[in-house]
Amino acid sequence: MRIVWRLAGAVPTLFGVILATFLLTRVLPGDPAVYFAGNPSMDAHAIAQVRKSLGLDKPLPQQFVIYLDSLAHGDLGQSISTGMPVREELMNRLPASAELTICAFLIAILVAIPLGVVAALKPGSLVDQLCRLISTLGVSLPTFVTGLMLIYVFYYLLGVAPEPIGRIDPFLVPHQITGFLLIDTLLDGNYEAFAASARQLVLPAMTMALFALAPIARMTRASMLNVLSSDFIRTARANGLSWRTVVITYGFRNAVLPVVTTLGMTFSYMLGANVLVEQVFAWPGIGAYALNSLISLDYAPLQGFMLLMAAIFLLVNLVTDLVYVIIDPRVEFGK
Amino acid sequence: MSVAVRERLRVAHYVVSGNPVNVIAFGLFAFLVLCAIAGPAIAPYSPLATDTPIALQPPSAAHWFGTDQLGRDIFSRVLVATRLDLLIAFGAVALSCVLGSVIGAVIGYFGGWLDATVSRVVDVLMAFPLFVLAMAVVAALGNTVANVVYATAVINLPFYIRLARAEINVRRSLGYVEAARVGGSGHFRILLVFLMPNIFSPLIVQASVNLGWAVLNAAGLSFLGLGVRAPTAEWGIMVAEGAQFMASGQWWTVVFPACALMITVFSFNLLGDVVRDILDPRLRT
Repeated sequence: MRIVWRLAGAVPTLFGVILATFLLTRVLPGDPAVYFAGNPSMDAHAIAQVRKSLGLDKPLPQQFVIYLDSLAHGDLGQSISTGMPVREELMNRLPASAELTICAFLIAILVAIPLGVVAALKPGSLVDQLCRLISTLGVSLPTFVTGLMLIYVFYYLLGVAPEPIGRIDPFLVPHQITGFLLIDTLLDGNYEAFAASARQLVLPAMTMALFALAPIARMTRASMLNVLSSDFIRTARANGLSWRTVVITYGFRNAVLPVVTTLGMTFSYMLGANVLVEQVFAWPGIGAYALNSLISLDYAPLQGFMLLMAAIFLLVNLVTDLVYVIIDPRVEFGK
Repeated sequence: MSVAVRERLRVAHYVVSGNPVNVIAFGLFAFLVLCAIAGPAIAPYSPLATDTPIALQPPSAAHWFGTDQLGRDIFSRVLVATRLDLLIAFGAVALSCVLGSVIGAVIGYFGGWLDATVSRVVDVLMAFPLFVLAMAVVAALGNTVANVVYATAVINLPFYIRLARAEINVRRSLGYVEAARVGGSGHFRILLVFLMPNIFSPLIVQASVNLGWAVLNAAGLSFLGLGVRAPTAEWGIMVAEGAQFMASGQWWTVVFPACALMITVFSFNLLGDVVRDILDPRLRT
């Protein structure tokens, strides 16, 4: 029941998001009708005809209602430059972005949380200094610079990484089930293609992971330090509980709540950083798609992209809230 | 000098001298400001002068940072770009700080439907990945440097609005505000004279922490080709132009502008911590 309420709470925001994307893309310069007509020498009459067929001659509120109606039917419009339905193109490209973002996120979590915990256990130690160095680097280095440096070192100097030209040829993976090449190749039993797609993924995923590491490690360290200095930890120690129980069961469980918040925030920052990383590695994801549409002033794909991003964002917030309740039963859902 | 100011200065001196990192932060910041002011005057070459016969040469005595694909001197370009990059960052942060704190203060003070409406709009803004929002804003307003400033300001606005709103909200019914009201002060005077000065510290802390982020954001936009146009010397676009040469080993086209970016963000972040320690010692970690 509470989940329903929490979902209902997101509806006004979602509506606002739809309105905002609609308005924002309407003020984009350039007349789509002229573009659609395809020929600058077309006469005014023909352009007016195209405008009418696109519904651009109607007043703005009416256009919005039409837009809402088509959204309700799952129609995100058509791309002007490719002529393809936006939904189809987004769905084709989403797995590439999702694979990259999720892998990077997992790497970041697996490195940052242990790093933060160890740093908090021994403040001032070598690990603590390393933690500080990495989190400083992570916030000071632009993602595109990290990516380019990694390309220089691992592709040009060491020659261990493949050329940064995106994912492997999709024709090498005949049966696309999930669109995640790592999973599809395994399902196919094609280990060679699996290794190839993993090699393509390593550098971009590392780039993004380094970006995501910093806030997570920082928050884990701070939260862990805070918890470890509290009275119940001292009591647990004094009662002779094992080190493992004190740190993991007593300490970490209590320290993890703010970390979850940071995880949610970091994930949404990664959605934005995605565009830059995809640009550096020629990764054929939705960020690159949005950027191309932005440059060619093709507003339907851009609108679709913004909506998809905001929807993912709201979903991530919801998941964060859910995880809260699981970790700490005292937290009331929907608060 | 009033007692309060002298006290602040003493805290500032204590904080700065207490940690050598803080001295470095101030040193770097002073160096950057110097580059921004004097950069165009002391640059050895024109940042726009092309010289194709010496394109893509590694660093040498004549060209400290090497040359780019058009034979332009990278050292001069990096130096001259400082002014533009700092102006974008400071402009964006100042704009969002002033605008955001005024909006936040007004809705926090008056509350009611205005507060509800603006807070909703802020929620919607925050529902987008912020960098994506900035991209869309630049695209919508047009591809100019000024619009990069506006876009960066827009995505920073929600933080200031929320901060100012919360800070004003807890203070608006405090005794001294009541007293001012009884004494005949109007809403405008109460906000400006009694409330705003009290929320100044957290706002400045937020602004200084935001600066580094603003630099990264603006550089990211111009890296994508949004905002700053091609021949202009700007760090983000220089990295973008050098990117294709990174895979063929001409590292200097990327590394030097990237280092400039990194040093700037790094010093701003350190400085943000210093300012926070001086103005709001409770937040110290």
